[in-house]
Amino acid sequence: MTHRAPAWHVATVVDARAETTTARRIQLEVPTWPGNDAGAHLDVRLTAPDGYQATRSYSVASSGAQTRVVLAVDEVPDGEVSPFLVHDLRPGDQIEVHGPLGAFFVWTPSTDAAPVQLIAGGSGVVPLFAMAAAHAESDDAAPFRLLYSVRSPDDTFFAEELMALGGDRFTLDTVYTRRAPWGWPDEPGRLTLDRLRGAVFSAEERPRVYVCGPTPFVEAVAGWLIDAGHEPARIRTERFGGS
Amino acid sequence: MSFITRGFSGRRRERDPRLPPGQTLVSDWPVLSAGPTPAIADDAWEFAIGTENGVHRWNRAQLEALGTEDVTVDIHCVTHWTKLDMPWRGVSLDRLFAEVETTHRFAMVHSFGGYTTNLALDDLLGGKSWIAFEADGAPLTPEHGGPARLLVPHLYFWKSAKWVQGLITMPNDKPGFWEQNGYHLHGDPWREERYG
Repeated sequence: MTHRAPAWHVATVVDARAETTTARRIQLEVPTWPGNDAGAHLDVRLTAPDGYQATRSYSVASSGAQTRVVLAVDEVPDGEVSPFLVHDLRPGDQIEVHGPLGAFFVWTPSTDAAPVQLIAGGSGVVPLFAMAAAHAESDDAAPFRLLYSVRSPDDTFFAEELMALGGDRFTLDTVYTRRAPWGWPDEPGRLTLDRLRGAVFSAEERPRVYVCGPTPFVEAVAGWLIDAGHEPARIRTERFGGS
Repeated sequence: MSFITRGFSGRRRERDPRLPPGQTLVSDWPVLSAGPTPAIADDAWEFAIGTENGVHRWNRAQLEALGTEDVTVDIHCVTHWTKLDMPWRGVSLDRLFAEVETTHRFAMVHSFGGYTTNLALDDLLGGKSWIAFEADGAPLTPEHGGPARLLVPHLYFWKSAKWVQGLITMPNDKPGFWEQNGYHLHGDPWREERYG
């Protein structure tokens, strides 16, 4: 892992399109971006004509030594920044970004053969998608598995990309909590301990685990993993929202 | 150098002067932790201070016997949220250090689960920090650091270590967990000391 000093950068929107019914995928060109590890985040700062500023943190969906930076922003209904990014931002607009940020909830290729288990709740899949995509592009041999808990097919982030990643080194397990696609074998319903056990590497395989999602989701999942014998020190978490 | 983002006006509300730069008011209390929430039995909890002169230990009753205080403070998270006027109950670090001798000027705070964060004693003493057991009038829940967390409200809240179990004084400053992972050694929200 290389240390890339975070700094403010000017980003130009090159593409913005619907990602889910509530989220938007935003591609930024950031000529001075030093690159970022998979799982890193950045701060977005917006400035109004009267000088009023608002800053929020977002996970980066892309990684590597490139100046193209991809965000996938879910709208917080009564939010201040995400509704602007989801509805008003358009190609050609410029925003300020600060980063890359975070050196812990990241994944970089290594010779560690231990499997990697990713567990996402909702929009928490964004940094985990970055890790899965970085893994697919690397020659890191560790097997990857993603357990993705999501409301419905319409709420699924990076649906096509995740399907395309499937193969010898990556397995996708999806749990639909509200509505499943036609013909899906499981009834929709919240992730439970039983469903989790059947869809993650076992504690005996000593996976490294990354969990990202809303606070209650992460609290429940991390608790189940520890009860199932996973070592707390091998579980990394990123939460959003209150308890 | 900032510039105007086309079309952005933001919320037209008065900016509270208690809000440090780059911060936004929240009414809920977000949870941020690098790993799982540890389960810690109240009766197994104790706090230790290690110095060049030895180790002092207090269990919960011994610590509270030093004198608890109720304080109302603003807390500032580096992820850009601020919560104002939050009531806390705890024991001032001044009370603990009254029983400790050290010539060291820094400390590494240690938590259950392995988390660490570094602080200068100048930032811990003089009515600036507490071992807190309650927030918002109720015992701290595990995801917010219960049974006890450090409370250092004048610095970004990653310094207010959850699940705190002790500190070790040290002659020189050294980075703790987040300080080794991209965050500032000191963390003053009024100077926006966010990232290292």
